[in-house]
Amino acid sequence: MTAQGWLQIAFYLVVLTGLTPLLGGYMARVYQGERVALDRVLGPIERLVYRVLRTDPARQQDWKEYARTTLVFSALFFVVLFVILRTQGIHPFNPEGFDSAPWDVTFNTTASFISNTNWQFYGGETTLSYFSQMAGLAVQNFVSAAVGMAVLAAVIRGFASRGTKELGNFWQDVTRTLLYILVPLSFVGALVLVSQGVIQTLGGYVSYATVQGLDQTLAMGPAASQIAIKQLGTNGGGFFNVNSAMPFENANGFGNFVEMLFILLIPAALTATFGRMVGNRRQGWALYAAMAALMVAGVVVAYAAEANGSPAEKAAQITGGNLEGKEQRFGIANSALWATVTTDASNGSVNSAHDSYTGIGGSVPLINMMTGEVIFGGVGSGLYGMLLMALLAVFIAGLMVGRTPEYLGKKVEAREVKLVLIGVLFVPLGVLVGTALAVATKYGAPSIYNSGPQGFTETLYAYTSQTNNNGSAFAGFTGFVQPNAPGNVGAFGITFADLLGGVAMLTGRFVPIVAALAVAGSLATKRTAPFGAGTFRTDTPTFVFLLAAVIVIVGALTFFPALLLGPVVQGLTTQLF
Amino acid sequence: MRRDLITSILAILVFTVVLGLAYPLATTGVSQVLFPGKADGSRVEEKGKVVGSSLIGQDFKADPRYFQSRPSVTGYNPAGTYFNNLGPNQKDLRDMFRDNIAAYLDLERPFNPGLAAKDVPVDAVSTSASGVDPHISEANAAIQARRVSETRGLALERVQELIDDNTDGRSLGFLGEPGVNVLELNLALDRETA
Repeated sequence: MTAQGWLQIAFYLVVLTGLTPLLGGYMARVYQGERVALDRVLGPIERLVYRVLRTDPARQQDWKEYARTTLVFSALFFVVLFVILRTQGIHPFNPEGFDSAPWDVTFNTTASFISNTNWQFYGGETTLSYFSQMAGLAVQNFVSAAVGMAVLAAVIRGFASRGTKELGNFWQDVTRTLLYILVPLSFVGALVLVSQGVIQTLGGYVSYATVQGLDQTLAMGPAASQIAIKQLGTNGGGFFNVNSAMPFENANGFGNFVEMLFILLIPAALTATFGRMVGNRRQGWALYAAMAALMVAGVVVAYAAEANGSPAEKAAQITGGNLEGKEQRFGIANSALWATVTTDASNGSVNSAHDSYTGIGGSVPLINMMTGEVIFGGVGSGLYGMLLMALLAVFIAGLMVGRTPEYLGKKVEAREVKLVLIGVLFVPLGVLVGTALAVATKYGAPSIYNSGPQGFTETLYAYTSQTNNNGSAFAGFTGFVQPNAPGNVGAFGITFADLLGGVAMLTGRFVPIVAALAVAGSLATKRTAPFGAGTFRTDTPTFVFLLAAVIVIVGALTFFPALLLGPVVQGLTTQLF
Repeated sequence: MRRDLITSILAILVFTVVLGLAYPLATTGVSQVLFPGKADGSRVEEKGKVVGSSLIGQDFKADPRYFQSRPSVTGYNPAGTYFNNLGPNQKDLRDMFRDNIAAYLDLERPFNPGLAAKDVPVDAVSTSASGVDPHISEANAAIQARRVSETRGLALERVQELIDDNTDGRSLGFLGEPGVNVLELNLALDRETA
């Protein structure tokens, strides 16, 4: 560990905290239909979109209508994306002549991008045409993020509502999210990344002889435009197979900082959006504080563990920390910070190889995801997940003092608590069932790369990541076998891993969405009780502590036995396997 | 339900055209105008021919006249990247480290008497994430400098100057880690002793 490393981590936290109220306030105005600076340019475009969609943005939806539109839209887009990826061979912008990946891999990829997971069993530069990357995947990078944020806006309206059951209009929320937030930020972000060396071209791959006369080929493509939204929209699907470890995807220290900032920028700012929309900014800061505290705890552990080095390094007398699978220009501090924040948010992009992290260092991303992706979490999904946790926390506090729990003046009763428990417990259940199926039957074995406890951790990580819609991986775990041949000749998928993972991603995405909307619909019609002397305050350090404790107890302890079998074994011994 | 279906189909068309074609093509156009070299991969030319990219490491095949890149599991392939993915407690990883240390010492010890395994910088024997890491640490370069200096008959001070000239520092002075750009350094050496 170095002072330089800690300085960079501290600087990151300061910038993130500073931008939270600025962007958060702006987004609150966008979702409340207030005037913003971009109105003059984007207002006419917005109205044109509604005309083309033949929809009336003023038509309000209750929670059931909102949920139905979300599901119908996502289901249709699933079909379209699947067809695009399976017919890749006949599309333009395919200079390398890549054929489609097999059907099972394509199913996994489609589920992955529709659900904002961006788990990748394929390698971008060896599998996908530029057309598939742009018209297929980059579109979903935007749309799946916008869907999550739209659902959050509806959920917040339910929490803030004064007795009406209307939660807003799905098409208006999605359109305004795209036009006023995601597209402008991505466009500027992409240009910043290109200025640092990230590529953005439609030209074909470039081959040449190196200084030593060896053949080398540079993979090219429209990368920066996709990377900007991949980071901002908590998507995480790399243009290249090694994601943001590839210099063409992440060129230097400054670009790396921007990409890392983009991971948490919107999820963090949404806490401020929430505070403004419910009319009490301290409520937003309380959620931010709980998230930031858990994030800092994670990065401290990860950085210390990685700087200490791995048992394999020590057996070979290597000092200097665990740089295996990490890039020199990022070093250990920026790799550990990235690994922490990318799993706090359900982003899942990586700038180093998580599979090669030490037992303890690698358990940080794993545990981050196991909290249910609420430490900032995905854009939209993180905060509606966190709001379910907040309801659970006030419920537990209510049980302790024997009062009917309230949140923001709304009574939390049996119906809400049941829905909260569905939303909170469904995902952990999916993780454990998926992992158990994979390790208890012979079908999970072909995906595993490392022997011993590391192989178990790869499996646990894979189903944790997919069910929680994160998308990062212990990348030795595979679902796609692709011999080194151009055009994907002879490629085949590992059907069990592809299908189970795909189902995990879809259910892990849409069950909590419906549960959160149902909770919001239920709260929306309730009267707001006046604030009194006996009210349990939810904007104080006590509540922040309680909330963080509930997240750790519910999220992480569910997985304690599973963690013992993998990362803990490796972290506590110097045994080699 | 019917209204949801119709609006969804229209939205899929609109979003695909705007976000999937207009946005990336506009970004490409602006990037190509503002940052033409970088948008195309920071290619490096020597005598009018492309010999590499300043962002992509390449194999110098243990040629003693050149600085050597970090180990790569992909054979320095930027068109088919993957991680090494060996876990921290794997015997295979320990063995890989031992082999890499032995190879490094074979190459450097004749020029650095007394160099031992514990003195070898970790970046010199661990595989990078991308397989094409363009940088090595300054400590690693300082050890290799003695070999390059002797095999090229170039003063050690001059080699060190070239190392400094081709070191990418931290961005803005504090973001990231400094690294010596191996390809650019080796090209500078070739120009120096041509």
